[in-house]
Amino acid sequence: MNKPLRRVAIFCGLLVLALLLRDNWLQLVRADELNAHPKNRRVQIERYSNERGNIIVDGKPITGSVDSGDKFYKYKRTYLEGPMWAPVTGYASQAYDANQIEKIEDGILTGNDDRLFFDRTMAMFTGEKKKGGDVITTLNGAAQKAAFEGLGSKTGAVVAIEPKTGKILAMASTPSYDPSSFAGYSAKDEKAWVALEKDKNKPKLNRAIREIYPPGSVFKVVTAAAALENGKVTDINAATDTPEGWKLPLSTKEMVNHAKGCANASLNRALEISCNSVFAKLGDDVGRDKMVEMAEKFGFNAEQFTPVRSSASVFDKKADRPGNALSSIGQFNTATTPLQMAMVTAAIANDGKLMKPYMIDQLRAPNVDIIKQNEPEELSRPVSPETAQKLQQMMENVVSNGTGGKGDLNMDGVKVGGKTGTAQHGEKNAKRPYAWFISYAKTSEGSPVAVAVVVEDSAGTDREDITGGGLAAPIAKAVMKAVLKTRG
Amino acid sequence: MSVVTNTTTIGAIEAPSRRNTELALLAFAVVIPVFAYLNVGLAIDGKVPAGMAGYGLGLALLAGVAHLVVRKWAPYADPLLLPLATLLNGLGLVLIWRLDQSPRIIARYKTFTPDAPNQMMYSAIGVAMFVGVLLLLKDHRVLQRYTYISMVAALVLLLLPLVPGLGADVFGAKIWINVAGFSIQPGEFAKLVLAVFFSGYLMVKRDALALASRRFMGLYLPRGRDLGPILTIWAVSLLILVFENDLGTSLLFFGMFVIMLYVATERTSWVVMGLLMSTAGAVIVGSTASHVQSRVAAWLDPFECLKTAPEGSNMAMACDQMTQVLMSFGSGGILGTGLGQGNSDLVGFAANSDFIFATVGEELGLTGVMVFLLFYGLIVERGVRTSLAARDPFGKLLAMGLSGAFALQIFVVAGGVMGLIPLTGMTMPFLAYGGSSVIANWALIGILIRISDTARRPAPAPAPSPDAEMTQVVRP
Repeated sequence: MNKPLRRVAIFCGLLVLALLLRDNWLQLVRADELNAHPKNRRVQIERYSNERGNIIVDGKPITGSVDSGDKFYKYKRTYLEGPMWAPVTGYASQAYDANQIEKIEDGILTGNDDRLFFDRTMAMFTGEKKKGGDVITTLNGAAQKAAFEGLGSKTGAVVAIEPKTGKILAMASTPSYDPSSFAGYSAKDEKAWVALEKDKNKPKLNRAIREIYPPGSVFKVVTAAAALENGKVTDINAATDTPEGWKLPLSTKEMVNHAKGCANASLNRALEISCNSVFAKLGDDVGRDKMVEMAEKFGFNAEQFTPVRSSASVFDKKADRPGNALSSIGQFNTATTPLQMAMVTAAIANDGKLMKPYMIDQLRAPNVDIIKQNEPEELSRPVSPETAQKLQQMMENVVSNGTGGKGDLNMDGVKVGGKTGTAQHGEKNAKRPYAWFISYAKTSEGSPVAVAVVVEDSAGTDREDITGGGLAAPIAKAVMKAVLKTRG
Repeated sequence: MSVVTNTTTIGAIEAPSRRNTELALLAFAVVIPVFAYLNVGLAIDGKVPAGMAGYGLGLALLAGVAHLVVRKWAPYADPLLLPLATLLNGLGLVLIWRLDQSPRIIARYKTFTPDAPNQMMYSAIGVAMFVGVLLLLKDHRVLQRYTYISMVAALVLLLLPLVPGLGADVFGAKIWINVAGFSIQPGEFAKLVLAVFFSGYLMVKRDALALASRRFMGLYLPRGRDLGPILTIWAVSLLILVFENDLGTSLLFFGMFVIMLYVATERTSWVVMGLLMSTAGAVIVGSTASHVQSRVAAWLDPFECLKTAPEGSNMAMACDQMTQVLMSFGSGGILGTGLGQGNSDLVGFAANSDFIFATVGEELGLTGVMVFLLFYGLIVERGVRTSLAARDPFGKLLAMGLSGAFALQIFVVAGGVMGLIPLTGMTMPFLAYGGSSVIANWALIGILIRISDTARRPAPAPAPSPDAEMTQVVRP
């Protein structure tokens, strides 16, 4: 009987071997995948097992953690002025994961990041409780408040950037939500989450970076930049060769101007009163490829990482001639995030140098050591300093003489440049138009702030009154004022 | 002419008994779980657990008694079996105690009672059973006399859970009976009794089964009347599967029978037939029984099945459990999170019985799981060696049947929990919570020790043979 016995012994050995192989497959090969699986609550449990670090604005935390005494997730996230800061912080929910900074810098905030290894080890020896590190933002509390309160009950978004560095100073989006309302996982939290998900106004959408809008007339500054850079216009005050009733190329359709006096208007005048015909023709003169090149230098057709990812703004690369002409006045397929328009403005205000926008200044270990310091980074140089100065001159003219009057700060030594936009959209432009305003303030030391504001739909405002100058400019003004004030 | 058969485990005459080796190994088998206990206490509360002295002394006492009994009544027994069983039992207790500390498990059940004290008691009864086997069973060959009684007993044990009023339906599986407030899993004991029946039956019938067959396409096909028992066992295991929802037990019994049949007859054709029949059985049941289907679905792709299964259904539950177990293993990684620091309690109910291996996977990691698998493999290997060394066919078959069943059980449970095969809902011997399992497995170790004692006992000195005497030349 011994021969079959030995064979069975081998068979039993093979059974154990199969188990060993399977275990290696599970715990060695698939471990990372299983660990990162969205169904795996361990990530969440770990995330809330100790006091989470904070997101800091102006030296003060805008987040917090409370010990909820829960069996699964010990600490719960709290937010100060949640709705105002939600577009910056994102949320960290025990039931619904996290997003934006809360997610991107999760390693620092939970204290699990490799860069915090030394801290963790030291804490182990000293017997201290494990704590997360902090994320220090570039934001300016006063500017954020001005932006959020300026938007009020209207739907819209504001982005403010410091042109010199690319630091994001304000990022507001309305309607907003309170991340505290679903930070836990109770029935109440679920109800709040479901209500937000179902809300037709999409409060969870970060309009400042994740929504792309037709920019309308504010895009004309890009077209103006392209015309100047490509030598289509050299003197901004010289008359252009644009007949009133300029027809779109290959079409019999005439470009409609809302303003009077656009015939052969100079570039400066055309921007001041926002002539569609002049800019459509300039876009056509520059040509699609050069227009695309200019738009992309400003950051179009690419996602931006602030480090929170923004949607890519669109300038159609394959448009035909009439399409390109329409694109050049911010219509057709052109669509942009408020962040993108703030970048355009900032590049102009910064004499043609576009800095990469960012909102995390420092990452700080629990023992307040700085573990990462973000430095300003140049993204591109869309226009020459001469062109930038010409653009500034024209934008300042828009504010002092044209449609952007309500954006003026009337402060000594501060020049304000801007551009309004009223973007019609929807089929036959039937939907209520978006009101845009982009602007910057400039002192003798350069520009401290560039702002882009979009007001999506303002209930209660008569359709005729929805203009960038009327609705959006005051908000931009408040934000600029707040920034200038805090700078002393 | 040599009287000593040269196998690896039977030493020469005057072979050392290895009892001191066993004692030294037992010291490790007690000390390691005590340290594990300390580890859990420090990880959860940050202080030395209060029950540590009691636990250590209890385990040492059990090990000591078992050792003394072996030293006295089975002096030549295999020295590895007892330490391995003690170590696994001790670590099992630590794991159950660790899960008792989980606030989530406490919160889940309104009336929570810790399981570890019960398991300690069951372990004591198990060791008592072990001692009883060694004291009462002076020679394993005595069991041959009970061949047919064993068959009846095994059938009764297997069918008891189906008796109305006695059987208890727990989470869909009817494998428990309630007696005087205790729930017992008769299947665990049936495993031992069936092995006795198979050994006795096959020892008598092996020649008929091996030789009275026709050759057909390279296979020896047995005669119809010899097919009787194999068909009966096949039918019984299918019945268990269908009526008691117990995939694991039926697989175990059928597998054990086929292994023993093969060893007894040395005919590969039985293995082929056994495989064919189990495949047929699996297909029939798999396509009709819904709980088997949901387990197969949970095995094929648990994460996908979780999405498609209707909410609240049996299938969704099976899939959810499987995903939890897999993620538990996944988060253990190579070294594990450390005892007391994992989240294997997320597996939910049966975390300390059917799925206790997930806790090993998460908290001790790949390393720990491999160590446990090798411990089990070592027990099987010592069993097979005992079988090889046994000098009587009954002992050979019995040792092989028991260790084969043990190996199959390990494979079915660990393979099920790790997603290698569909989950069957059996328990890891010695590790998992459950009285029947611990007691029956201690009895199994007792029988193996008894057989190994007989097998390794030095052969009696050869009787003086007249042939060996000097040839005398008788002169006429």
